[in-house]
Amino acid sequence: MSFEAAYSGLGRLDRLSYRDTMIHRLDPRAKVVATMLFAVAVVSFPRYEILSLLPFFLFPVLIGAAGDIPAGFIARKVVAVSPFAIFVGMLNPLFDSAVVAIAPGVSVSAGWVSFASILVKFALTISAALLLVATTSFPGICRGLRRLGLPALFVSQLLFLYRYLFVLLEEAMRVVRAREMRSFGKRGAGARVFVRVVGTLFLRTVERAERIYGAMLARGFRGEVPSMRQETLRTSDVVFVAAAGGFFALCRFVPVPQTIGRLIRGLAG
Amino acid sequence: MHMADALLSPAVGGAFWAGTVGAIGYASKKLKERLDDRRIPLMGVLGAFIFASQMINFTIPGTGSSGHLGGGMILAVLLGPHAAFLVMASVLAVQALFFADGGLLALGCNIWNLGIYPCFVAWPLIYRPLAGDGRSPRRILVASLASGVVGLQLGALSVVLQTSLSGVAALPFGAFLLIMQPIHLAIGIVEGFVTAGVIHYVRAARPEILDGTASSPPPGAGVSLRNLSIGFLALAIVAGGALSWLASVRPDGLEWSIGKVTGKGGLPEREHEVPLALKSLQKRTAFLPGYGFKPPANEAKPKEEAPSWPNIDAGASISGLIGGFLVLVVTFGIGWAIRAFRGRSAP
Amino acid sequence: MSHHLLEFKDVRFRYPDGTEALKGVTFLITHGESVGIVGANGAGKSTLLLHMNGHLLPTSGAVTVGEVPLGMDTRPEIRRKVGVVFQNPDDQLFMPTVFDDVAFGPLNLGLPPDRVRERVHEALRQVGALALADKPPHHLSGGEKSAVAIATVIAMKPDILVMDEPAASLDPKSRRSVIGILNSFHHSKIVASHDLDLILDVCARCLVIRDGAIVADGPAEEILSDATLLAENNLELPLTLQGRPAKQ
Repeated sequence: MSFEAAYSGLGRLDRLSYRDTMIHRLDPRAKVVATMLFAVAVVSFPRYEILSLLPFFLFPVLIGAAGDIPAGFIARKVVAVSPFAIFVGMLNPLFDSAVVAIAPGVSVSAGWVSFASILVKFALTISAALLLVATTSFPGICRGLRRLGLPALFVSQLLFLYRYLFVLLEEAMRVVRAREMRSFGKRGAGARVFVRVVGTLFLRTVERAERIYGAMLARGFRGEVPSMRQETLRTSDVVFVAAAGGFFALCRFVPVPQTIGRLIRGLAG
Repeated sequence: MHMADALLSPAVGGAFWAGTVGAIGYASKKLKERLDDRRIPLMGVLGAFIFASQMINFTIPGTGSSGHLGGGMILAVLLGPHAAFLVMASVLAVQALFFADGGLLALGCNIWNLGIYPCFVAWPLIYRPLAGDGRSPRRILVASLASGVVGLQLGALSVVLQTSLSGVAALPFGAFLLIMQPIHLAIGIVEGFVTAGVIHYVRAARPEILDGTASSPPPGAGVSLRNLSIGFLALAIVAGGALSWLASVRPDGLEWSIGKVTGKGGLPEREHEVPLALKSLQKRTAFLPGYGFKPPANEAKPKEEAPSWPNIDAGASISGLIGGFLVLVVTFGIGWAIRAFRGRSAP
Repeated sequence: MSHHLLEFKDVRFRYPDGTEALKGVTFLITHGESVGIVGANGAGKSTLLLHMNGHLLPTSGAVTVGEVPLGMDTRPEIRRKVGVVFQNPDDQLFMPTVFDDVAFGPLNLGLPPDRVRERVHEALRQVGALALADKPPHHLSGGEKSAVAIATVIAMKPDILVMDEPAASLDPKSRRSVIGILNSFHHSKIVASHDLDLILDVCARCLVIRDGAIVADGPAEEILSDATLLAENNLELPLTLQGRPAKQ
């Protein structure tokens, strides 16, 4: 992914996270916990399972729809980060060539089944993670993590990084663009130019840190970054986590598609 | 090189998360004890810097492929291991969240793989002794190369272990190792050069930045390069031996990859795998699945069983397909309906 | 009213690399005064400003704020009295949201949460940025950032407000807005700037600094219409005092 593409994708995801919908208003802790439970549930399925994973799509679909997050945006990002998983999973058919029948008259090698399972799991976990970020501002996630017990020093580090991320990306972009103009069409540039670019950015970063520190001291900083927010869990947050958790447990231990299918066939006569 | 949720089992993911959270807690505590206030904004902005510079690629001459900066080593040189680890962890966390690099469960593994080895192993044990007082560009280059290579080799080994222990991917341990290690050797060398280059650049422009942070002279500042190289070589031999032993615990994988290389084909292995795969498939299509936590090591032990074809109840599988199809239709239908409804009521 | 006094007595400052940036600066600023500081680049404006809140300590000479002499241990107290708004707002907005940034100062002063909330609201209202309270700084425009940066300092209710190039890189509308904000304060104000029209609009008195020493000190109107003096310091008449020359 090119620098510009990554930068604008980041910016878009960041702006989406500040919107105001029912999902955005949920407590960050609730969303983090629900997403982690989701990931654990999905990942706990055996390697050949596909059908029972399908009901899990309801979670990202609902969150995305209720949170007003463009579906295409999420889908494109899922595809964009899939190479490693595809590369590894793609070798499954090679190493696992037991033949199984997945439907009357249709047989494939078990490796394809497990590969497909990996892809489904991948789509589920990545979209859920993206939707967490898209519906919760990053500072909100950090506050939630702090309340969940992560050390204050680390949380403050995350917040500082986030704050200056876009500032530094812009600085980097200016430097990269200048370099591209000087390369006269040679794609990318050699390591020597890269070292100079990164070195310059590094020095500017250190200088900036000095100025920020001066500004902090000027406003009375004495070592602890103060915080004031006290967020309490509301009923809606608890209901959300309970409902999500319950749904995941149900779909994990009851084969929902098969049950539905049996019901339908039973009804059909 | 980033681990993904889909390749992970809950047990492995959970274990590494526990380890990572522990490490974050430990590093935070140690840092609090002797933190110079001015490090707080510095760590934050450096995190943003690492993030930004990882998005800049450069082409490696001759290969046409692109390389980039890892950052762990420069951070460790500037901030010390604990702060460097926290910064790397924060960078990886933001990447996991905003770029979906792997997923939330895999984040624990990724922070471990890309943070622990450079900051707590490669830097103190390799970079610091080799770099000495940090004034000789040659020593810095050697130190950067060695620590870069070792850090990445350990990280790559970690990924392979995590994947194999999870048992989701069928790629055998040995084969995966044979793919990952050489690639990361090359990456490590490139990163080593780039790291040395940046350190040199910074030292030339503003030497006090790098000097000021060394609170005490590094241990072994006077140790000769040769003695250290010998020690390092010994370590490599021991590590290599341990790796081979580990690989031999899974003989099917290693034999398969060796067989592939020598052209002998892997049929004997496949015969063992067939009954096992079928057996497990039968288990899984049974009514109540729930054996997802079993590591594949159990299944890989060759057992003498007559191969039998899967006894899948055709009726059950049709129900499954119908039900599955219905589930998808309903799920995405709900999503579409909510969006359409919102679109109509929006101004 | 002595607690609003700012006094420099023969202040000298030498940087670690040997540069003598201040060579005996002496002046007195009293309660409610609005003073501009102008000079060529490198004349020592920024160094001078950095002494006012103890960011730098004089190599020799004395800085006094109110009754408090500036020293290593009195810096925290001095910083409660003197609020400095630095040049680059991005360096001063380092918290996750505008509210957090403006609350940073008052929280460090030890105020209880409801008092802090009051201060934040008042400060944001004064600079016209109340609607931005929940936004992260990187979503703000340049003018908005400048306004919020000012708010972060006035929320601490300092006796003396010091500003370094408050309107640099602002569009005309934002610049006008900042001038309005500054004029609405009744603290003692010290503004360092190249923007002589801004100085003319905001300050009653003006100091000219050259090569680390004060070369002129008087009413702003007078100093800023002295073309010769200005030229000696690489400056020009403020645009509002220049006649528009006819095109040849």
